[in-house]
Amino acid sequence: MDDVILKVEGITKTFPGVKALDDVSFDIRRGEVHALVGENGAGKSTLMKALAGLHKPDQGQIIYQGAPTEVTGPLDARQKGILLIHQELSLSPELSVAENIYLGAWPTNRFGVLKKRELRRNASAALQALGCGFGPDVRVGTLSVAMQQMVEIARAEAFRANVVIFDEPTASLTDTEKEQLFHTIRGLKARGVGIVYISHKMDEIFDITDRITVLRDGKVQGTVETAATDLNQVTRMMIGRTLDAYFVKAKAEFGEEVLRVDGLSKQGLFRDVSFSVREGEVLGLYGLVGAGRSEVVETVFGVRKADGGKITWKGGEIDLPTPRQSIDMGMALVPESRKEQGLVLMMGGRENTSLPHLRLFSELSIMNRSRELATFEKYRSALSIKTTGPDQAVSQLSGGNQQKFVLAKWLCADPKLIILDEPTRGIDVGSKSAIHELIADLAEQGLAVIVISSEMPEVLGVSHRVLTMSEGAIVAEFEGDDMTEENLIDAVSHHRGEAAA
Amino acid sequence: MSSVTDRRTGSPLHNLLNLLLRNHIWVFLALTVVVFSLASPYFLTINNVGNILTQGAFIGILAIGMTMVMIDGEIDLSVGAILALASALAIGLQDHMGVWPAVFLGLMSGAALGFVNGTLVALSGMHSFIVTLGGLIGIRGLVFVYSGENALMVQDFSYTEIPEIYLGPISLTAILFFVLALFFQWVLSSTRHGRETYAVGDNIEAAHDAGINVKRHKIINFTICGTLAAICGILLSMRLGTAEPNAGKIWELWTIIAVVLGGTRLQGGFGSMWMTIGGVLTLAVLRNGLRLLNTPNYVELMVMGGVLVLALALDKLLNHKEDR
Repeated sequence: MDDVILKVEGITKTFPGVKALDDVSFDIRRGEVHALVGENGAGKSTLMKALAGLHKPDQGQIIYQGAPTEVTGPLDARQKGILLIHQELSLSPELSVAENIYLGAWPTNRFGVLKKRELRRNASAALQALGCGFGPDVRVGTLSVAMQQMVEIARAEAFRANVVIFDEPTASLTDTEKEQLFHTIRGLKARGVGIVYISHKMDEIFDITDRITVLRDGKVQGTVETAATDLNQVTRMMIGRTLDAYFVKAKAEFGEEVLRVDGLSKQGLFRDVSFSVREGEVLGLYGLVGAGRSEVVETVFGVRKADGGKITWKGGEIDLPTPRQSIDMGMALVPESRKEQGLVLMMGGRENTSLPHLRLFSELSIMNRSRELATFEKYRSALSIKTTGPDQAVSQLSGGNQQKFVLAKWLCADPKLIILDEPTRGIDVGSKSAIHELIADLAEQGLAVIVISSEMPEVLGVSHRVLTMSEGAIVAEFEGDDMTEENLIDAVSHHRGEAAA
Repeated sequence: MSSVTDRRTGSPLHNLLNLLLRNHIWVFLALTVVVFSLASPYFLTINNVGNILTQGAFIGILAIGMTMVMIDGEIDLSVGAILALASALAIGLQDHMGVWPAVFLGLMSGAALGFVNGTLVALSGMHSFIVTLGGLIGIRGLVFVYSGENALMVQDFSYTEIPEIYLGPISLTAILFFVLALFFQWVLSSTRHGRETYAVGDNIEAAHDAGINVKRHKIINFTICGTLAAICGILLSMRLGTAEPNAGKIWELWTIIAVVLGGTRLQGGFGSMWMTIGGVLTLAVLRNGLRLLNTPNYVELMVMGGVLVLALALDKLLNHKEDR
């Protein structure tokens, strides 16, 4: 087909320990919007970075305008007509709109003196073609996020881009701004630009795209015409079945109710969420990225403020807590991004373990090093953490071992409820099953555990009960024999279908 | 597309206010001038204004280079030491090769050291604070070695006549400062290198993605900074007729104070020579004014410290408002 503007053939990219892209092929036609979907870690970003010249693929080639092409870097990509619009915008806030559109490629004479008039004129033309309501001289830092995005899109006009890649473009836009963006995208499309659209938001995908390519674990699961498919099919392709791992489930012996949440709501994130968890119980919280799972537990823990709802802790109703109160009550939240939120990477395992509970390890503010060491040793052997010693910087440890320290850190406060947000993301298989075993152990010791995961086998494998969330609401609850992959997929995709319809 | 319009294009008054907020130092300078002219009858005399400009020009020339480096998001602590070395070489080598070759070599020493600073920063990935802190100590040591711990004197006193050219009350040194400041303002606003300076300091990822050679760019700015420090050192040697090994000690701090006082952002990405001129003049006016009032040296230091913190607090407050 000669209307294919860019074609990717058999691209493979390996990072240490991970095959990020495995023989990926797909193509983009002129004047189409092509969605690229997949769960986190499926390889979308790596693929886009390969197209924009930020990653060099190990194998495979990019055929652009009919000829094999090597893209050496972002500027090269831009000058060839391939433009990547990042989620985090790539702009200099202190420079003007015109200067940003041509960032690094300013028109100059041969002594490096800017041709300001030409710069201004060209930028003006690009802005006008897009129908932007601001001029080329405005400082970018004073513009709203949506307008800044328009500045990036104006580069498509300025460099006469043939392919524009949008990475989660609506992540921080309001609904009106989103409509304007879609209007702009349709304009680009009408002029024959091939557009790649990456998003987690299925309603947008079905709204704006012509074809959908699904990636999972670095492999293409298939490309389908948007008009000829439905949410259910796409969701199935995204989630699919992964290798059955061996899961240990804790004995189902439940005690008192530890936490009950009634009608918890937060504008724009989730609404009317109710659930409870008992001692010794592992409660799974399943949903696709963006369903609001993390936001719910963060609100329960007190990191976010709820708009309404009731929290009952061990039978007594409590005010919506602050994180400090939650910790003092015996709640522990192990966040998803352990690097940003969970660990001080330059410190060793000993210091990281005691960090949230320095009071327990000190008298008159003076650290009791031997007690600290004893605790470190206890968790090192209990969780079989591989580290050379108490002071090896955790930045040198593998993801799995880092995650174990995050757990150790919370466990040494002796919590009653532990919430694990994606506890096995990005860690190797061996560490994964060690963490699964640990979850079972904790439950058998009488802790209440909430596990958030996008990995279906994991959620089904470790939990006694599973709640599925979609679009900010709990849509189904499964227990016992009803806990099957089919049921979970149906619950998530049906709800989404209704929401999109 | 109603929401896709600039929310900050307003009335001319609004724009003027914005301009003042972004150039608060000139308001501050005007205030200090008013205060001192009320306090001392000698302050606003032509002679004294000429003095202020000449005194300020030395820190000013250093501040021009510092501004370039600081908009890049870096810092150069070695300017005081480079100044001393250039000054020592310009005087010390005169006996062997004549005035102008010595001056030229002094100048080259500054350019070379700036180049080394920049190369180390760009290639090693070390923070410029560390690299140039090393330069500050090491180069000063070199000056002592070269001068044998003594002040070097010029033999031919016509050397001290060179900068004695005046345009009305304004000395050659002051003129040079203004010319250089204007030139580098033009570089910042009208050349590719200038735009790169802002882009690199503002969002280095974006700059890199846009294909800007960040490393080469930083080396150029450090070289500019070193060269200007040498120019300052040579002018100082002409003015004094001697080269003290301790010349320019802690001048790097006064320079940083002047630049930051002007409003150039320490983290980079924002600033201009207009601001730096304002900062340099404010600093010079404060020093001169306090001396006219016979303020003891330690009080002078206390006032300057207070002013610095005050001016920056003001800046923080105003710019914070602007962000709302």
